[in-house]
Amino acid sequence: MSTAPAASASGAGWRQNLGHALMATVLTAIVVTPIFGLHLERAGARTHIVPQWHMVGWACLIVFVVQLLHPWIFGRATRRLPRLALPTLSARQNTVLLTLVLLVAVTWPFFAGRNAVDIATLAMIYVMLGLGLNVVVGFAGLLDLGFVGFYAVGAYTYALLFHWAGWSFWEALPLAGAASALFGFVLGFPVLRLRGDYLAIVTLGFGEIIRLLLVNLTSFTGGPDGISSIPKPSVFGLEMARSSGVEGGTTFHQFFGLEFNSLHMVIFLYLMALLLAVITLWISNRLIRMPIGRAWEALREDEIACRSLGLNPMSIKLSAFTLGAMFAGFGGAFFAARQGIVNPESFTFIESALILAIVVLGGMGSQVGVILAAILLTVLPEFAREFAEYRMLVFGLVMIVMMVWRPQGLLPMKRHHVEVT
Amino acid sequence: MSGPFLQVADLSMRFGGLLAVDGIAFDVRDREIFAIIGPNGAGKTTVFNCISGFYKPSTGRISLQGQELAGLGSHTVARHGVVRTFQNVRLFKHMTVLENLLVAQHRHLKTSLPAGLLRTRAYRESEQKALDNALHWLDYMGLREFVNREAGNLAYGHQRRLEIARCMVTQPRVLMLDEPAAGLNPQEKKDLQSLIEQLRNQYGLAVLLIEHDMSLVMGVSERILVMEHGRPIALGTPEAIRGDERVIKAYLGEE
Repeated sequence: MSTAPAASASGAGWRQNLGHALMATVLTAIVVTPIFGLHLERAGARTHIVPQWHMVGWACLIVFVVQLLHPWIFGRATRRLPRLALPTLSARQNTVLLTLVLLVAVTWPFFAGRNAVDIATLAMIYVMLGLGLNVVVGFAGLLDLGFVGFYAVGAYTYALLFHWAGWSFWEALPLAGAASALFGFVLGFPVLRLRGDYLAIVTLGFGEIIRLLLVNLTSFTGGPDGISSIPKPSVFGLEMARSSGVEGGTTFHQFFGLEFNSLHMVIFLYLMALLLAVITLWISNRLIRMPIGRAWEALREDEIACRSLGLNPMSIKLSAFTLGAMFAGFGGAFFAARQGIVNPESFTFIESALILAIVVLGGMGSQVGVILAAILLTVLPEFAREFAEYRMLVFGLVMIVMMVWRPQGLLPMKRHHVEVT
Repeated sequence: MSGPFLQVADLSMRFGGLLAVDGIAFDVRDREIFAIIGPNGAGKTTVFNCISGFYKPSTGRISLQGQELAGLGSHTVARHGVVRTFQNVRLFKHMTVLENLLVAQHRHLKTSLPAGLLRTRAYRESEQKALDNALHWLDYMGLREFVNREAGNLAYGHQRRLEIARCMVTQPRVLMLDEPAAGLNPQEKKDLQSLIEQLRNQYGLAVLLIEHDMSLVMGVSERILVMEHGRPIALGTPEAIRGDERVIKAYLGEE
């Protein structure tokens, strides 16, 4: 971009520009041909490839023209991207804003459609997972690619407790968190000796092992089919159903004298997800201000210095890993209750990647950023359902663009400082 | 002055085929300022790394008041009261000066999770105590005005002082300084000398020092160990070392 003014001035710049444009065009042709250019068409039992060269031609032409005019289009525009950052608010303003946001978050589903609330519930689950992984990746700087494993443990804990022992959601929820935390703790022991890339690879492996265990322990977990008809959470013992499952039991709508409406359940699930997400936010917000939060940060900066001061890196890392896993466990149990069915398909690596993308996109360590990114990444695909085929493509593109222009994330972490006068 | 406080016996450290440190033995008395000197590559920092637990020595014993330290992890050694600074300052650069000192007190704090989440009284009190302790040391080191500054933005001399302050908040028994005067100007070196003496006198520390600056070493230390090629060549008072022929030869070369 620094050559832009020169390019407009001299012939040499033109030639260089033309070179760039040609190069970009060739690359486009290579990338685009298999995606747009070759269509598989099925005729009866046979499939043939139908080339659609005009699509490739258009793509190449567009890229060529844009690249050629690149300095004029982007030359000035991209030099200074507006710096998004949260304005600093006083404590009072902060409280008011938080109350307002919460108020809106609690009330809007009562005026919204079923679908929107459903998506919002999903978004809240991802907020929870994002904030959980944020503790591990953002705060403690441990790259965990197997986070979904703990999510699976949470979901299956509830599912299995229900299936084999008939536990209800509320009874199983704390245990789901505890089971995931325990998994995090036990896996953390051998794994956290490793650093950086090695840690990432081993956690990736562990995530897959958990999934494969779930697939293969057929008699216990139901194998690939998973476990179905898991009950939804009750409201203080009141079932949310048309008629009570238990003889003589009272359901929610009977108790309050309401007409039965399946929307109640959807809204209730949303509010619960919101509550869990808010609790997660509150805890992680406290954590970063506590001594353990400072220790995570210090460890991320300089492990050797930490050790020389008597900080045990292992236990500090383990605490982050365990807490992160615990949040995933709560999220998992809720997920199982919402879906009504769990199977290993829901816990593939893509899911880990998505959660990590939320953290990276939002800005590692930045809680508001993570929340925003979680909402964006769950809601946007719903708007663009027609383009579902290209979802991964767009996803990759967004990631690349982010890494080029805003590697620190949407809302980069602002360090919370302890200040004295 | 009492008997041996920190005792190092028959210390050797082998990296593959290289014997970096061999047959080092010395003891530091209580409240003594003890220096290790020697040409570059003599193995001084390796000895430091062995004592502070960053290396596990190949042979030898290191004990503090009879407590064996050799082979313990570095954080465990630090918990026994042996803390060190580094040749190239290792501060938490993106944290503030104050936070650097708070992190160092991590193990003295009440850090249980529920207490912190609920901000119990005991938790707040322990935080306040850590804060007071940190501020005391910032005053002591003359760093109070930088309290909210990012540590990485301090002037080099101040960073060195902050690193010493960070050791002191952990209430050490032995303070190990690895080339504390490197990069300091003459005035700062003078201040450093009085600081080291002051710390020893007021807090009853033993100080173990690696240093190249001869005027500082000769001025501040009570005994000196001279190393060359990983082996000890002389041990004694500054006067004795100054006159020692092998030491002169090591520094100035043979005639």
